[in-house]
This record gives sequence, structure tokens and C-alpha cells, in this order.
Amino acid sequence: MSEEQIRSLERHFNERIARDEKIEPKDWMPEKYRQTHIRQISQHAHSEIVGMLPEGNWITRAPSLRRKVALLAKVQDEAGHGLYLYSACETLGISRDELYEQLHSGKAKYSSIFNYPALTWADMGAIGWLVDGAAIINQVPLCNTSYGPYARAMIRVCKEESFHQRQGFEIMLKLCNGTPEQKAMAQDALNRWWWPSLMMLGPTDDKSVHTEQSMKWKLKRKTNDELRQQFIDQTVPQADVLGLTIPDSDLKWNEERQSYDFGEIDWDEFWQVVKGHGPMNKERMKARVGAWERGTWVREAAMAYAKKKQARKEKQAV
Amino acid sequence: MATKNWPLWEIFVRSKNGLEHRHFGSLHAADAEMALENARDVYTRRNEGVSIWVVESKHITASNPENNGELFEPAQDKVYRHPTFYDVPDEVKHM
Amino acid sequence: MKNENLYNYILGIADNSLILGQRLGELCGHGPNLETDIACTNISLDLFGQVRSYFQYAGKIAGDGRSEDDISMLRKEHEYKNVLLVEQPNTNFAYTIARQFLFDAYHLAFLRELQKSPDLTLSAIANKCVKEVSYHERFSSDWVRRLGDGTDESREKIQEAINDLWMYTDELFHQTEADKAMVAEGIGVDVTTLKEGYYAYVKEVLEEATLEVPESKYFQKGGKHGVHTEHLGYILAELQYMQRTYPNMEW
Repeated sequence: MSEEQIRSLERHFNERIARDEKIEPKDWMPEKYRQTHIRQISQHAHSEIVGMLPEGNWITRAPSLRRKVALLAKVQDEAGHGLYLYSACETLGISRDELYEQLHSGKAKYSSIFNYPALTWADMGAIGWLVDGAAIINQVPLCNTSYGPYARAMIRVCKEESFHQRQGFEIMLKLCNGTPEQKAMAQDALNRWWWPSLMMLGPTDDKSVHTEQSMKWKLKRKTNDELRQQFIDQTVPQADVLGLTIPDSDLKWNEERQSYDFGEIDWDEFWQVVKGHGPMNKERMKARVGAWERGTWVREAAMAYAKKKQARKEKQAV
Repeated sequence: MATKNWPLWEIFVRSKNGLEHRHFGSLHAADAEMALENARDVYTRRNEGVSIWVVESKHITASNPENNGELFEPAQDKVYRHPTFYDVPDEVKHM
Repeated sequence: MKNENLYNYILGIADNSLILGQRLGELCGHGPNLETDIACTNISLDLFGQVRSYFQYAGKIAGDGRSEDDISMLRKEHEYKNVLLVEQPNTNFAYTIARQFLFDAYHLAFLRELQKSPDLTLSAIANKCVKEVSYHERFSSDWVRRLGDGTDESREKIQEAINDLWMYTDELFHQTEADKAMVAEGIGVDVTTLKEGYYAYVKEVLEEATLEVPESKYFQKGGKHGVHTEHLGYILAELQYMQRTYPNMEW
């Protein structure tokens, strides 16, 4: 195809997206669109399955049967969401095994927040309330993104995820209405998860490399800083309901902006964790790679069995 | 190597009797029985279905969007296939 | 306690689901792939759902204000009445599947009988559980066939797991005093009558899976009477951690 033809196709493609038309797997798309989508969707999928690990640690220790089933169902949903997203990614011509390979080799990224440890039961509350809260802010606009399979996966994810944040908030509420020891546990979890949750919404706009292009493709509807402000503005009043203190001495209401002003985020810490030097990066990867490798013989056995069964069926038919 | 990987299946679910099966998504499974079981566990956890179809993705033949012009545009001007094409006086009821 | 036998009888049933559910819960996030992970978690969720129904009923029978959580998490090790089979570890996926299958085949036969109990609460719980467990049994027996008739490596692994776990199967058909009392009252299931059918069925599946049926006649017992393997203590350390560390709090 000549460059002229490609430019014309791209123009036509961009017009379609501007008209809010969806792009489907077999449609022509610029190579950069495909690559950007593979990167973002797989990063999102990886975040779901790595995100299972900190919470998964607490399934066996949940304090009541009711909490145990809720947590199990939640972590299971994350596996489901990873699965929907990997499937969406596969429509772009890359297999799930290749995507795993990218995760396991460290080539692909996932949300850095899961590199922090879940130390107490209150962390299950804080993760649901803050981490899922921040995730929802990121995800809801994606239900309307330009790539059809991604948008459909996100609609399913958002529908199912609606119970996750409530589950977390309810855990916090119960702790805050409990004994002083329980309330202290809740405050400690908020202290540890607050700043990583703000970082989760991505680097500041002036440092964000993909924003402009992603906006055009509707992979992003708001900038990182806008999303972060939205998250803070909606979360601070929720902390008030709990009677907890946000660990930021600079946090105050700005009457003029009708928003909260907040303190400086430690971006050095953010980049350190992104680059693989967070408290749990190695552990998380070890768990993922280990599960995959321990599963190899199982997956092979299932394929071998399927082939034998197929062969027997064909022989019978003859 | 490639033979070790579980193939991809497309999942269709009837959410209740009276409705058609609708495409819900896809998943991996070694064989059709496993695809059905996986589909049950993945796509009907919240009581979303009463019947499941699974089809291995490679067996689906899809039309090519490049041919959309010749495939679908000719139908656009066949206005006589729609009831509004025909003039009937307002006083005629039940039509 | 007025209905002590009934109370103990319910605990005997519920503890199996509790400990097996806990074992499967350990795997969440660590399965051989996403689809299988989700399937195993579903089984775990079914089992914990059953546990809650049983313990809520047991709490009512005990009538001393204890909740489902008190009963499930605040007993001493020797007060747990689960069979030894369900507390065995997830050594690898073959052990998980073998343990599940050897238990499911029993569990399903047991629930089918419990459905006929004149105790309406128990029969109602059994009616609900029997559908769940039919699916578990289908899942686990399918996987026994897959692993048995899969590759040489998988065959070896599942055979080893079946051989190792075989010695815990006989205990499924032992009766405690509570079991005998409940059978005498016509409420409980006489598990001794399930034994023959169980082994016949298990053998059938193992043969389909091209596996050897273990010939060992040496069996282990004790779980039903509170004498467990070393594994249970560790399971309880996690299960009870919060309730023991922070007593008398609500979560």
C-alpha cells in the first residue's frame, strides 16, 4: 500500500472514531492503534490478575464466613475480568500465552499499586474502597472507548465491579464502628493506601506521554490530573463518614475551585515501584510465573486428552 | 509448541427462554466439554443464563469489512422493503 | 445440650465442606490457568455457602447464642470432625483433583440420601447442595480422566495422588456415636450402606482414566473423632487467626 493510500485510510479511520463509530477486530486500523491497544488492554488484564494476589492472601484468614465468601467472589471476579480483557486483546492478533510471556519477562507493566503488601484485614477494606474506587474512575469512561471488544469487556467489568467498592467500604465502616483497635487498624490501612491510590491514576499530565493520542482514540476521556482530582473530591467526604483522617496535612477545600487542594505526591517512589523496586514486585512476579509453570503439565495433559478423544470419535465414525 | 495451548472458543448464552443466544465473549478450553464447563463458570456466575453454545473460534467464517460496500450498501436504498414506503390514507386503521 | 447428637451430626457434615473449602480457597489466584482458577473458586464458594447453612442450623440447635462464625472458627483442633481426606494439602494440581474426586463421589451419594431425611432443614439444605455437588463431581471426575489419559507425566502424577490419598477413603464410611444415634432416629444417613457403591463408582472412573485402582488395605482414620493429621493445625491457624487475635469483635 502506498503512503498516500495509508494516509487516506487513516483519515477515514479517524473520522469514524470522531463520529463515535466503533472499530471492530477485522476493520482496517493503523498499526499504532493496534499496538497501543494491545499495550493498554493487556496492561489492564495483567493488573487484574496480579491484583488477585494481595487480596488472595487474606481469603484463608478472613474474619467471618460472610467476609470470606465476599472476598472469594471478589478475587474470582478479578480472574474473570482478566479473562474478558485478555480475550479482547486476543482479537488484535496476539495470543494469551504471548501476553503472559510479556508479563512474566517484565516487558509488560501492570498497575504498580499491587506491589504494595496487604498487611492487615483492614487492607481488604482499603483496597476495595480506594483501589477499586480509583479503578472505577478510570474504567467507566472506557465503556465508551472506540475499540468494540474493549468497550464490551469494560461494560461487563464495570457492571460486575459495582459490588467491589461497596464491599471494601463496608469492611472499613464496620471497623470504624468497632473497637478503638479496629478503628486504628482502618486508619493505618488508609495511611498506607492513600498515596499509592493517588499515584494509581498515573503520572501528572506534563509527564504523561500517551495522553494526547489516547484522547483522540477515546482510550482516555479525561487526563490523569482530572481523574485524580475527581477521585480526591469524591473520596474525602467518604473518609469523613468513616471518621478517618486522610494522611495529607495540605489537604483543604478550595472554595473558588470547588475542589480539594492536596499535597505533593512522592513521584520518586512512584517511578521506583514502576521500575520494579517496590516492596512486592519480585514476590508478585514469582507467584504469577510459579502458577503458570506449575500449570504447564496440566494444560498439556488436557490437550493430549482432547486429541485422543477426538481421534477415538473419528475412528468410531469410520 | 502451539499444540500445548488451549484453543479459543466463542461463547453464546441464552439469558432466558424466549430469547436468542447472544455472543457473550470467549475463553480457552482444551475441548468442547471443557469449554461448556468453563463458560458456565466464567459467564453465568451471576445467573445470566439458561443455555450455552460453544463454538471453536477457528470454525467461524466472518465477512470481510473491506467488502462491506458490496455486501451491505445495496440494501440501503431498498426502501420498498419497509412499510413506510407505502401510502395509505390516515383513516385506514389496523394496517 | 438437648440435641447434642443432632448438633454433632451437623458439625460432622459441615466440617468437611469447611476444611475442603478452605483448602480450595488457598488456590485462588494460583491455578494452572484462569479458567481452571475460576472453576475451583466456584467450588470453594459452593462449599462455604453450604457451611453457612449448616452452622446457622447448628447454632439454632445449640441455642446458646453462638453464631456461624463462633462455631466454624472458635473450636479446638480435636473438636473438628472432618475426615482426614479433606485436610490433605494442594501438593500439586493432581492432589487437588484426586482429593476433590474422592470426596465428591462420596459427598454426592451422601447428599442424595440426606435429601430423604425427615429433618426438613437438613433435607432442604441437601436439596440445594446436591445440585452443586453434582457439578463438582462432574468437574473432578472429568479432570481425573483428563490427567489419567493425558500425557505420561500427568498419568504418573494423578496415579501418585490417588495412591497417596487412597488410605483416607475408608474413613468416609465410619460412623461416630452421633452418626449412629441419628441413623437410629431415622434422621441421619447410614454411610456404611454407601461404601460398596462408592468403590464401584470410583473404580469405574479410574479405569476409564486408564489408572490403576490401588490395592492397599491399610487405611487411616481419626478425623471424625477429632484426631487429625498434622495439616489441620496449620489450616486452623489461618482460619482462626482473626477471631483468636481479636476476640469478641464484629467484622
